[in-house]
Amino acid sequence: MSRFIWTCSLTVAVLVLAGDSLLRAQDHGGQYSPADIQYGATIYTNQCTRCHGATGDQVGGVNLRSGQFRRASTDDELRMVIVTGISGTGMPAFKLDPSELTGIIAYVRNMRDFDMKSVAIGDVVRGQALFENKGACTTCHRVNGKGSRKAPNLSDVGSLRPAGVLQQSLVDPTGAMLPLNRSIRAVLKDGKVVTGRRLNEDTYNVVLIDEQERLVALAKADLRQFEVVKTSPMPSYKDKLTSAEMADILAYLLSLKGPKS
Amino acid sequence: MMTRSSLCFSFLVSLTASTLSAHVTSERLLRANDEPHNWLTYSGTYMSNRHSLLNQVTPSNAKNLELKWAFQARSLEAFEASPLVVDGVMYTVQAPNDVVALDAKTGLVYWVYQYKPSVSSRPCCGSVNRGLAILGDTLFMATVDAHLIAIDAKDGRPVWSIEVAKAASGYAMTLAPLVIKDKVLVGVAGGELGIRGFLAAFDARTGKEVWKFYTIPGPGEPGHETWASDSWEHGGAPIWLTGSYDPTLNLTYWGVGNPGPDFNPAQREGRNLYSSSAVALDADTGKLKWFFQFTPNDPYDFDAVQIPVLVDTNWNGSPRKLLFWANRNGFFYVLDRETGRFLSGHPFVKVNWASGLDANGVPLQTMQPPGAVTYPGVQGGTNWYSPSYSPRTGLFYLSVWEDYGGVYTPIKVEYKEGQFFGGGRISSSAGPTAPTVPFSRRTPINSWTEAAGHGAVVALDPRTGQRKWAFSMTDVSTAGVLTTAGDVLFTGTREGYFHAFDARNGNVLWKVSLGGAIAMSPMSYMVDGKQYVAVAAGSGLFVFGLKE
Repeated sequence: MSRFIWTCSLTVAVLVLAGDSLLRAQDHGGQYSPADIQYGATIYTNQCTRCHGATGDQVGGVNLRSGQFRRASTDDELRMVIVTGISGTGMPAFKLDPSELTGIIAYVRNMRDFDMKSVAIGDVVRGQALFENKGACTTCHRVNGKGSRKAPNLSDVGSLRPAGVLQQSLVDPTGAMLPLNRSIRAVLKDGKVVTGRRLNEDTYNVVLIDEQERLVALAKADLRQFEVVKTSPMPSYKDKLTSAEMADILAYLLSLKGPKS
Repeated sequence: MMTRSSLCFSFLVSLTASTLSAHVTSERLLRANDEPHNWLTYSGTYMSNRHSLLNQVTPSNAKNLELKWAFQARSLEAFEASPLVVDGVMYTVQAPNDVVALDAKTGLVYWVYQYKPSVSSRPCCGSVNRGLAILGDTLFMATVDAHLIAIDAKDGRPVWSIEVAKAASGYAMTLAPLVIKDKVLVGVAGGELGIRGFLAAFDARTGKEVWKFYTIPGPGEPGHETWASDSWEHGGAPIWLTGSYDPTLNLTYWGVGNPGPDFNPAQREGRNLYSSSAVALDADTGKLKWFFQFTPNDPYDFDAVQIPVLVDTNWNGSPRKLLFWANRNGFFYVLDRETGRFLSGHPFVKVNWASGLDANGVPLQTMQPPGAVTYPGVQGGTNWYSPSYSPRTGLFYLSVWEDYGGVYTPIKVEYKEGQFFGGGRISSSAGPTAPTVPFSRRTPINSWTEAAGHGAVVALDPRTGQRKWAFSMTDVSTAGVLTTAGDVLFTGTREGYFHAFDARNGNVLWKVSLGGAIAMSPMSYMVDGKQYVAVAAGSGLFVFGLKE
């Protein structure tokens, strides 16, 4: 019966950039990506300087640049302080998405040495133009109803993925690819080949969205060959875009927060 | 630079039968009967007959039905959603508001869209959902916190989301939306919380409101005078069940719920239009074409929240566009759906709140004295669960509550935003020693007496309102009815049975115990040339087909 070949190949490809539940892994105690720090700097400037000041020492007895906090020592504790606030003080609870929280913690941890002039989060409008034109990203990705569904929908990627992860995805798509974005290649008994992004799988069946954006269900008993593809077909943009263009695309991706009610 | 060719997979792609091939156009919705393997709207077609044209399952082979797959919802709320099936993909809702796409042949989940309703949502009767609508590649869901959300049918991602009404003010939505042309129609629940009901149409592409029909006319509008003083402001009249549509008349038909406060009509003297009524609206503008009020000044919470069943057939020798309506108040009505004219009405269960209907269908009310039992009780002779009409047998089928009464005691109540606005006390039993019929959870059956009533599935001749056959159950039923072109009727029980009958004579063909109450309306579809029947019981969705 079972004639599938579980090659689980290391050589084939899949797209990247979205998926779920990576964020807790960002609590990496000391390892903060430049992109997260930079994104955090922009959030800090918009949300925090009014009380804490640009240098982090405007509130009496609090110096954020010192790296010492009265109510927090770990990143998780910092996150808790930011989202719940501190009752009885002027520190309110902030409603920030996970990407923003990751960024702001990264920035606060590094603000002593960080040069604001080095911020490399570019321009959202220019980034959107690059995303849709030069980058041709909508050939595979979909944002707010525009683009293909072959690759993950990025409409809210800016709230799900930290800046560092997004930047890594642009530079090294395969390295940053999440397992849920792997594709499959299946060969039916009649020799027909079906490929697409794997959505779910159990012992007897697998379901995917194919290149024509169709939801497809396959019974494994009907397959001659079945491969899970672990590399991404998305090209690296490292040598395709300038650093300024990369910063613009990153800004655009970070601006994608999903539909508003 | 990235090019299209560099991004394309190099492999040849082939199709299988289990694919979502296309776009559900408005044309496909109009001609849903041309693709009986699919189930494209809440009730199957715009006529809302809940009658499948599939005929593989017949009275002679129904005994060979077996479970093909099951889906367990991660929810303890009642599973009231009736699924859609589009070209091999099933879409349903895990209560309260998670949308699930499954392979209709195996039950394997494609994707889940999770939505967490606002904590301020206050649906009266459970955080439930009855299903979805689809247009193009977009699904539409109405949420218990009164939002309307468009979701990409292929990847499960939200496309847009709008707030239809304020959940904190008692508004909720539990119905499956209805798509007509390029619009999505939804109504609001909250008849027990002092809302002012409405039905609204939204642009399917953008979510922008196109029209809104208030079920309680405002100052200066016809019908406003049917509400004493300012009672109209919080008069309820919700719409919480999907309507129907006649494309040739371009009219859409909806049932409007009870006036509020529910049980104290003295606080809202007058007919209370358009509560407890059927309304026919122009589908493009929302303008009222006609209305028919079943229960004026309704003091029983009878609502008129049933599925409007549209039937084209002869009436007194002439072809006619009819509307069949088995109302919660215990009467079965036949209306002319072009004009709203009353054609006939007959009680289908024990009724004592009215002695009959006059020539215009107005009830001859016989309000019972304080403390006496009114029939039917607050849950009605039937309720929101779907009936079915089979053009093959010419019969109208529904789940009913037999010999079921209640005692109503009005109490003056003051409106407070978002608070219960019932205005009375009800007991669903005949006397102090008789146990009540519980609203949704069962007490031990051996603690009941005959006074609690019982359920039945019945077949009515719509011309006479008389029963052709009936099957009695021990418990009451909250299950809808499906009929098929194989002359098989499927329905369920609160006891947890899913059973099949010969639609022609009521003979039991097959049954299975699913171990949980059935509180939805079953549907049927076909994949790879095989007919399936889907039903939810307890927290599970169960799909049956014939043995291979």
